[in-house]
Amino acid sequence: MTFTGILGLGIIVLAAILMVVLAFIHRRSPFSFRNILAFSRIRRSASLVVEDGTRLHVSLGNGSVLTPAGASALAGLILVRKLGEITSISDRPPLATTGNGLVNLLSQDTLRGAHNSVAVEQFFDMNNARMPGTTPLSYAAGVMPSIRDENISANILIGNFGPEVGLLTEAADRQNAAVVAATDNLTAQAVLLVTSPDTLIGEELFAAGAYVQSSPTHSASLLVQDILRWLIIIALLAGAGLKMAGLL
Amino acid sequence: MKRIYAGANTVIAISAGIIVLLGYFIDQPVLVGFRSILLRWAVILAGVALLVGIWNLFSVHLQKIRERRPDSVNSVVLLFFVLITAIASITPDLQPFQGVLLNGIMIPVEVSLIAVLAVTLVYASVRLLRTRINLSSILFLVTALLIMLGTGPFPGIGQLPFISDWLRPFISQALALGGARGILIGVALGTLTTGLRILSGVDRPYGGAS
Repeated sequence: MTFTGILGLGIIVLAAILMVVLAFIHRRSPFSFRNILAFSRIRRSASLVVEDGTRLHVSLGNGSVLTPAGASALAGLILVRKLGEITSISDRPPLATTGNGLVNLLSQDTLRGAHNSVAVEQFFDMNNARMPGTTPLSYAAGVMPSIRDENISANILIGNFGPEVGLLTEAADRQNAAVVAATDNLTAQAVLLVTSPDTLIGEELFAAGAYVQSSPTHSASLLVQDILRWLIIIALLAGAGLKMAGLL
Repeated sequence: MKRIYAGANTVIAISAGIIVLLGYFIDQPVLVGFRSILLRWAVILAGVALLVGIWNLFSVHLQKIRERRPDSVNSVVLLFFVLITAIASITPDLQPFQGVLLNGIMIPVEVSLIAVLAVTLVYASVRLLRTRINLSSILFLVTALLIMLGTGPFPGIGQLPFISDWLRPFISQALALGGARGILIGVALGTLTTGLRILSGVDRPYGGAS
């Protein structure tokens, strides 16, 4: 086992231990987090969709769960589950789209689970979770007509996108539909900053579980991220200091 | 029965996740062998999932045609070309035709979408100045303008020396790179904690339970 391997495994074990301990502490005295406007908008949009009989669209991007980019889609699936539970009782069930086959299967299953937990008597349509295209641009081209034609009033774009995400936000803007967006891709973040007022930057994407579900483990995982970030900052500063002192 | 099904899914997913994770760090032949088998299965499953996704695409557009929605002619065209592409892919004599479909239709359409995207972004940038005038918006647009001025050669002048030799490299390699690394470290930490939640079974995006 190499030094990098030991270090990597050590960070994972440390993160796991911290998550368990912090989840236990959270149960006794819950942590409070700063207000993120985009998550408030998501909750409000879900409620409005139920009230006005329109539809909610969750786009999970093109990331495959077999690559690191899949983590953002998995974070999006947590949101699909929660929003699915809120909006499945409405006349128009939520729509989930992705450009990846595996994420499409997972989103179908997640939506069905959410549907069954609240609206067991209604028929669940598997086509509520779709794969409109397999490449980033064909996916964008396939989603744009859905945003236009399916009475969608709120779009939540959460996952791995490229610059083509600008086409989706523009399509939503033309329909006066709300957009809340989060991605792990830097180019797409720059595009979203220009095209969408409610953009989640960087790791805020992974905070969806803590803000929407507010379970102890989700809240604990946010704190673990903060602790590890501070450790990395200290390591970077120490490394720079040692380098300047000629010791490294 | 549902509980047993969900429980079995969780046990399989967690076991597979732990084996793959440990196989990545610990160089034991048995573990590495298991990891490699599981990853090969995952790739095969991804291929099957893609086929399911294409069937799903087919089903969505068939539904649009059946319901005679306003733009159902687009669905007819899409289904026609899905079938043509599938036939060209599986028939050995029609393999060259696949190149025609890719280079003659797919790539030009995607390139034209990128052109539309470029116009959309320019329009969005102008709109940003109208709808959201604040310090970060102005900073963003000024930076984008400086990078563009430092990148493109101008007719008669060529490149602007101060901007292209000093300012653009400073912005892109010092300021932007530092910020980008910070964001990427945050994303990596988010990925780590998301993975741990799935490994511990707290998040279960499978088996209809979560």
